[in-house]
Amino acid sequence: MTSTAARPTAAGRARSVARYAAGRLATAAASLAAVVVAGFFLFRILPGDPVRAMTEGREVTAEQREELRRQFGLDRPLWQQFLDYVTGLLRMDLGTSFQYREPVADLILERIGPTVLLAGTGTLLAALLGLFLGARAGWRPGGPGDRVNTAVALFFWSVPTFWLGLLLIVLLASGRGFMPGLFPTGGMTAPGTTGPVSTVLDTAWHMVLPVTTMVAVIYAQYLMIMRSSLMDEKGADYLTTARAKGLRDALVRRRHAVPNALLPTVTLLFLNLGQVVSGVILVETVFSWPGLGQLFYSGLRVPDLGLVQGLFVVFAASVILMNLLADLVYPLLDPRVRP
Amino acid sequence: MSAPAGLSRPSAPRALARVRRREAVRRFAREYARNRAGVAGLAALLAIGALALAAPLLVDQNELTVTGAPGAAYQPPGAEYPLGTDNFGRSILDLVVWGSRVSLTVGFLATGVSVVLGTLVGMTAGHFGASGGSAGRFVSSALMRVTDWFLVLPTLVLAVALAAVLPRGTGTIVLAIGLTVWPATARLVRAQTLAVEARPYVERARALGGGHAHVMVWHVLPNVMPVVLAQTTLLVATSIIAESTLAFLGVGDPTTVSWGGVLEAARNAGAISSGIWWYMVPPGLAVAVVALSFTLCGRALESVINPRLREQR
Amino acid sequence: MTSLLDVRDLHVTYRTGDGRVPAVRGVDLALDPGDTLGVAGESGSGKSTAALALLRLLPDTADVTGQVLLEGEDVLGMRWGRLRAVRWAGASVVFQGAMHSLNPVRRIGDQIAEPMAVHGTVPARRAPERVAALLEQVGLPSSRARDYPHQLSGGQRQRVMIAMALACEPRLVVADEATTALDVMIQAQILALLRRLVAEHGIGMLMISHDLSVLAATCDRVAVMYAGRIVERGPAREVVHEPAHPYAGALSAAFPRIGDPASRLAPRGLPGDPPDPADPPPGCVFRPRCPVAEAVCATVDPPLWPVVPAGSDHQAACVHVGPARPLTTRGEGAAPPALAPVEEEGP
Repeated sequence: MTSTAARPTAAGRARSVARYAAGRLATAAASLAAVVVAGFFLFRILPGDPVRAMTEGREVTAEQREELRRQFGLDRPLWQQFLDYVTGLLRMDLGTSFQYREPVADLILERIGPTVLLAGTGTLLAALLGLFLGARAGWRPGGPGDRVNTAVALFFWSVPTFWLGLLLIVLLASGRGFMPGLFPTGGMTAPGTTGPVSTVLDTAWHMVLPVTTMVAVIYAQYLMIMRSSLMDEKGADYLTTARAKGLRDALVRRRHAVPNALLPTVTLLFLNLGQVVSGVILVETVFSWPGLGQLFYSGLRVPDLGLVQGLFVVFAASVILMNLLADLVYPLLDPRVRP
Repeated sequence: MSAPAGLSRPSAPRALARVRRREAVRRFAREYARNRAGVAGLAALLAIGALALAAPLLVDQNELTVTGAPGAAYQPPGAEYPLGTDNFGRSILDLVVWGSRVSLTVGFLATGVSVVLGTLVGMTAGHFGASGGSAGRFVSSALMRVTDWFLVLPTLVLAVALAAVLPRGTGTIVLAIGLTVWPATARLVRAQTLAVEARPYVERARALGGGHAHVMVWHVLPNVMPVVLAQTTLLVATSIIAESTLAFLGVGDPTTVSWGGVLEAARNAGAISSGIWWYMVPPGLAVAVVALSFTLCGRALESVINPRLREQR
Repeated sequence: MTSLLDVRDLHVTYRTGDGRVPAVRGVDLALDPGDTLGVAGESGSGKSTAALALLRLLPDTADVTGQVLLEGEDVLGMRWGRLRAVRWAGASVVFQGAMHSLNPVRRIGDQIAEPMAVHGTVPARRAPERVAALLEQVGLPSSRARDYPHQLSGGQRQRVMIAMALACEPRLVVADEATTALDVMIQAQILALLRRLVAEHGIGMLMISHDLSVLAATCDRVAVMYAGRIVERGPAREVVHEPAHPYAGALSAAFPRIGDPASRLAPRGLPGDPPDPADPPPGCVFRPRCPVAEAVCATVDPPLWPVVPAGSDHQAACVHVGPARPLTTRGEGAAPPALAPVEEEGP
C-alpha cells in the first residue's frame, strides 16, 4: 500500500497511454460521424425542400426549380443522396456552391488561411490577457482589482461581438465625426500592396480592429474561468508551504497557485472553442475579412445552402479536432494524469 | 410545533408550511438585497420590462414602417428626435423602444425552451445514472454523450443553420436558440440531481416504494429548481445576444423590429462606414444593458442560492 | 543565554461573520537549541493555529498578539522582507505533508531546491547536489528528485517534507502533525528519522501532535493544550505517566497504541465535546467534561501552578494542583484515580 503506488512498469505505462488515446480517438470519431449525419439531415430533411428555402422570395419558374433540384441530386432517393454525400466527404468533396459555381472544398481551402490567422491571433491574445487578469482577480477576490476586472469583463461579455466591431469602425475607421480614420474599415490588405514586407505590415494594420474586437469579447470568459479556478486553489495546503518557505506573495501565486489553476482552465478553454468560431464569423462579417466567416455570411445571404452545409461540417469538425488535441495534450501538462 | 397542536388543528401543518415559506422568501430577499450589482440589474430590468409593455402607448406603430416614417433621413439627434432618424426617417428612439419587445420575448421563450429541455435531459440522466440499473446507466451515459456533443459544437453556426433552413419567423428564432443553448443547463441539472439523489431522504422515499416519477417530481425537482433559476437568468442574457446576432446576420424575422434587425439595416444602408453613429449606438447599447442586467441578476441569485460561491470579503 | 524560541502570551483571534472567535488564548512556550518540545491537544485545541502563528502563516482573518521571539527577534513585529528571510532559513515547518502540502504539479527536487534559491543559501549549480544529499539523508534515493508527489507513498512524501525543511539548515523546525495520516510502521520510522536529524544537526524542534504517545517517544518536554490554552507542561515522562491535569490524564489514557485515527477527535473515556471557542464556559473551561470538577471550578480559572513535588518544572492549570486546592480533595495524588494512566496499556 505504501510503495506500490509509485512507479508503474514501463510496459504498463505504455498500455495505459494507448488505452487513453484510443478512447479519446473513438469519442472524437463518433462525434465527427454525428456531425456528418447532422450536417446532412439538418439541410435535407428539416425544411422539407432546400430549393424552396433557397429561392424563397425570388421569381423562379417551376422549370428552374426542377433544374436546381436535379443539379443538387434532390430528385433521387434520400438514402442515395446520403450515400453520395458521405462518399463525397471521404473524397474531400463538400459539394458545389450554388452562388460561386465552384466546389465548396476549393472555396474553403482558399479562405482558410486568413481565418486561421485572425482566429489564432485573437484567441492567443485573449487567452493571455484573460488568464493574466483572471489570475490577479482570483488571487484577491472582492478586492478593488477584482471588482474592476470583473465588471469590465462582464460588460464586454454582454456586448454583442458584431456591435463592438461596428462601434470600432465608426469610431476609429470611418473618419467621420471627431476622430480621424486611423484604421482601415475592412479587408485584409489595401489594393495595390506589393512586396512581402509591406504586405505583412499592411495585413497587420488591417488586423488591429478585428483582433481587438475578438479579444474584447472572448477574453472575458477566460478571465472568469481562471479567476474561479484560482479561487478554488487559494486555500490549498501547498500554498501555505510555499509561503512558509519565504516566497514573495507574487511568487507564491505565479509559481505555485497558477500552474495548478491552469490545468482545469485549459480543458474549459478548449471546450469554449465554439465561441471562438462564433466570434470569428461575426468579426469577419463586420470587417469584410476574406475568410471562412465571411464566406459563411455570404452563403447565408443568398442563401447558398450547399456552402453553408459544407462550412457547418468544417467548423464543427475543426472544433471537435481541437478538443481531441486538448485531450491528448492534457496529460503532458498534468503530471497526475500522465499515464 | 408540538404534535398535539398539530393533531387538534388539521390545518396547522399547512399554515406552518406557509409561514415557513414566507420566511424563506423574506430571507432570500434580504440576502439578495445585499448584492448591490444584483439590485441594480433587477431595477434596470424592471424599468426596461415596463417600457416594453408600455411601448404600444408610447410609439405609433405606423411610424415604424418605411412608408409612414415621420422625419427626414439621417437627422442627427435633436429636440424632435432625441436619438436621430434612420435612412428612412424613422425615429431611432421609437425603433429601440419597440425592439425591446422582440428581444425580451425571444430571450424569455428561447430560455424557456432550453431550460425545459436541459432540465428534462439533465434530470433523466442524473436520476437513471444514479438508480436505474444497467439499462438506466446506458440511457444516462448516452444522454450525456449527446449533451457533450452539443456543448462542443459552435453554437452560433448551429443556430444560424437552423434559422436558415426553417421558415422565417419568431418561432424559428426561438427554436434555433433554444435548441442550441440547453446543454449547459443539462450538465448543471445532472450534477445537482446526483447530489440530491445521494441524500438520505431520497433513499428513504425509494425504499418506501416511490417510483421514478415520484422521486423525480417530488424530491429531485424542487431541489434542482433554485440552481436552474440562477442559470435561467444567465441564459436569458445569452439568448438576447444570440437573437440580435441572428437578426444581424439576416436570418431573423424580417417582419418585426428588433435591435439586431436595426443594426443589420444600419450596416446595409452604409451608415457604419459613413459614421452615422446614432443609427448603430442605441440598439447595440440596449442589447448590452439588458444582457448585462440579466447577468448581474443571475450572478446575484447564484451567490444567494449557492453560498459556497459567495466571495469572501 | 537567549532561548531559540520564546513565545510570550500568544493570542490568536479569528474574525468571522459571527464575531470574534479566540483560538489561542495566552500561550507561553520556550525552547532551547537542540531541545524538542511537544505540544499535544485535540483537534481545535489551538495547537496548529499557534504553530502557524509562529511564522505568521495564518490567513488575514486572524489577529495575532503577544510576542514570538525567535533568537531574540520578535517575529510578530517584523517587516515583510525580514519575515520572508526568517521563514524557512530561520525556522522551517514539516507540514502534515502526506497528502496536500507538496505542490502536485512540480517535481519534488525543484520543490526542495526552491527555498535554497529564494534564500540564496546554495548556488544554483550546486542545488541538485544538495537536493540529492538531503534526499539520501532522509532515506530516499536521490533519483526521486525527478518524481512528482503523486508518485510517492505517504511515508515517502513525509520524508520529502523533512528533507525540504532541512534545506536551508534552519535553527528551528516546527513539525505540525508530521506523522498523522501515516500507518504505525511508517510513523515509527519517521519519528526515528526526526529524532536522528535533530540530534545530528542540533536543531530545536517544536512538535505538534494530537497523539501524546508520539510526543512522549520524541520530545524532552511536553505541553498539553486545551481550548486555546496550555493546561499542563513539564518533562515528557512526567506529563505522560503522571499527568496532573485531568485532561492530560484522559489524553494519555486515550492511546492504547500509536496512531489510532479514531481517537484523534475524542480521546477515549472523555465524554462531551470541547467548548465552543466563541462562547467558553466561565471558570475552568474543562469543567463541563471534567470527572473531578467541583463547585469552585465554576468560578476559578486556574493559572499554571507547579505540581508537587515542588522544584521540578512540571506545571498544571487545575485547582486540584495549586495553592487554592480545595480541602475536600480525596487521597494524596493530584490526579484522580479514575483518570490515572493505565500502565499495561502504555507503549
